[in-house]
Amino acid sequence: MATRQGQALGRLALAPSVIALSTWSIVPLALAIYFAFLRYRLDNPDYSGFAGWSNFYYFMIDPFFVRDLFNTFALVFNVLAMTVIGGVLFAVLLDRPFWGRGVVRVLVISPFFIMPTVSALVWKNLMMHPVYGLLAEVWRWFGAKPFDWFGSAPLTSVSIVVGWQWLPFATLILLTAMQSLDEEQKDAAAMDGAGPLNVFRYITLPHLMRPITVVILIETIFLLNVFAEIKVTSVGGFAGNLTYLVFSQLNDANDVGEAAAGGLIAVLLANIVSVFLVRIVGRNLEA
Amino acid sequence: MARKTSVAASAATTIVAWAFGLLMFFPILWTALAAFKTEANAYTMPQTLFSSGWTFENFGIVQERSDYFRYVFNTVVISFGSTFLGILFAVPAAWSMAFQPIAAPTVKLSGKVWALIILGAVALAAVILLPLGWDISDRPLLAIVLLLLVGVPFGVWIYTRRTGDTLLWMLSTKMMPPAGALIPIYLIFNRNGLVFRDWGFVNLSDYTLMDSFWGMVPLMMLLNLPIVIWMLYTYFKEIPFEILEAARMDGASLWNELTRVLTPMALPGIASTVLLNIILAWNEAFWTLNLTNKYAAPLSFFISEYSSPEGQFWAKLSAASTMAIAPILVLGWFSQRQLVRGLTFGAVK
Repeated sequence: MATRQGQALGRLALAPSVIALSTWSIVPLALAIYFAFLRYRLDNPDYSGFAGWSNFYYFMIDPFFVRDLFNTFALVFNVLAMTVIGGVLFAVLLDRPFWGRGVVRVLVISPFFIMPTVSALVWKNLMMHPVYGLLAEVWRWFGAKPFDWFGSAPLTSVSIVVGWQWLPFATLILLTAMQSLDEEQKDAAAMDGAGPLNVFRYITLPHLMRPITVVILIETIFLLNVFAEIKVTSVGGFAGNLTYLVFSQLNDANDVGEAAAGGLIAVLLANIVSVFLVRIVGRNLEA
Repeated sequence: MARKTSVAASAATTIVAWAFGLLMFFPILWTALAAFKTEANAYTMPQTLFSSGWTFENFGIVQERSDYFRYVFNTVVISFGSTFLGILFAVPAAWSMAFQPIAAPTVKLSGKVWALIILGAVALAAVILLPLGWDISDRPLLAIVLLLLVGVPFGVWIYTRRTGDTLLWMLSTKMMPPAGALIPIYLIFNRNGLVFRDWGFVNLSDYTLMDSFWGMVPLMMLLNLPIVIWMLYTYFKEIPFEILEAARMDGASLWNELTRVLTPMALPGIASTVLLNIILAWNEAFWTLNLTNKYAAPLSFFISEYSSPEGQFWAKLSAASTMAIAPILVLGWFSQRQLVRGLTFGAVK
């Protein structure tokens, strides 16, 4: 087994990464806490000193705060609903044998590799533009009045864009999980007279429960932090989320203290989620 | 395995699957096609899939107007540089955790004692800060001392954990929301007229990290380091231990064991990890939008410049978008499987 020399070398090899990641996790957090209690504005050097809880207070009574907090959760919920339901359907579909499966698989997962700024601008201009967009064209073809997506329903529109980006992720993971499903179990159930719906309900779905949990938790971590899609489509004023509010506190209001306080609230939120994720992945690690 | 599917049913599956596949891919296809339309054609109603006149002029205009190749260069420097740096950190760490795991904590203190020590350090820092009016922005050395006061016990605690705990902790650093780190990182990067700049012997405002590779490459490396370590770890774990033992029996030194036995077997895993990390770094759009604007700005920033339309610009937007996503899309197609492993931290294989 492990030699003493090997162990010593192992400790040494681990050190750079541990130092780098501890620095990365401690320094920003410590500074954020420091700034959150500091009176500090970029445009006013005379504004200084201990702020107490006032930064948190002013961040939270900001009329945008409640709305953006709601938007944060609504965005996560919308996208999760879209990607989990869509992902299960795609996974079941792509798991069946058909002609050109490899190509379809590539087509379906492609949106995941599109950088957020590109997908946001393409959807906003080429797809959802109220006059020249392709969807407006489709609406007109059916004789309906074109819908002004980003104008009248900014949150839904952003959700669709983000959902389009994350649906491939859910599909890919659920499809991978599907392939470990025992075919004979399905065949046996079919032999016993179970219809396709019952096979799905009582065999496929229970098998997918764990990967679905993994998808939900991982996506939640990323979706709490959606930023680029909101910024480049300039819907921040109408459907911003918490991440965007922190950004605008820094960039538009120039208030470092308040922005840091907002950032800490976002950290708290994400931590509640991540506790669950670490627990599940940890359980998996031991299994 | 006797699975009977009628011809009709499998034809239906084929049609439905292709329909959905094309629907998902359509926005990308549409963008790529629009890149070859003239500006006038891109706005012609009704829209057509293939325009009458094909043109390459958009690509030329995009290059000319916003210097596309400089952004490609920046993106390559940031994504490849951060990946290379990340591998330098991660390979030894993953090797250490996979082959020299620490079975039990080396410093045996209970969790409560550790919590007490670290929280005590935080409280001590606060007690020092409060009488000073909390404002130490012109005392950088004191700031460093306070950081060490909290950071060193924390680091020792992490370093002496058993391997499983260290891995989970690394995963948890990935969950730090960028909104929380934005303010400190922004102020560390942008030192012009900001806090902690005058150290007496050096004035840091001469060395701003804002919009420079010196800031972006290490930052991007740190962002993806947990994923890289995890992914490498899961690959290294699959290398059978018996082979190493056999090599040791035959009298191979540690050096030979590493270079002759381990490296050849680890290379495919390292290659997949590199691929995934390049994709993630290429598409990163929070820090690049916040911390770059000109000299080190990558493609994600370059595209965001097209968010304020000036006249007819869709064909150009499409051309720019196509050029920004094409290379990484192709890389992505090759890395589907690794993606699952990397992004679920090995929870789904």
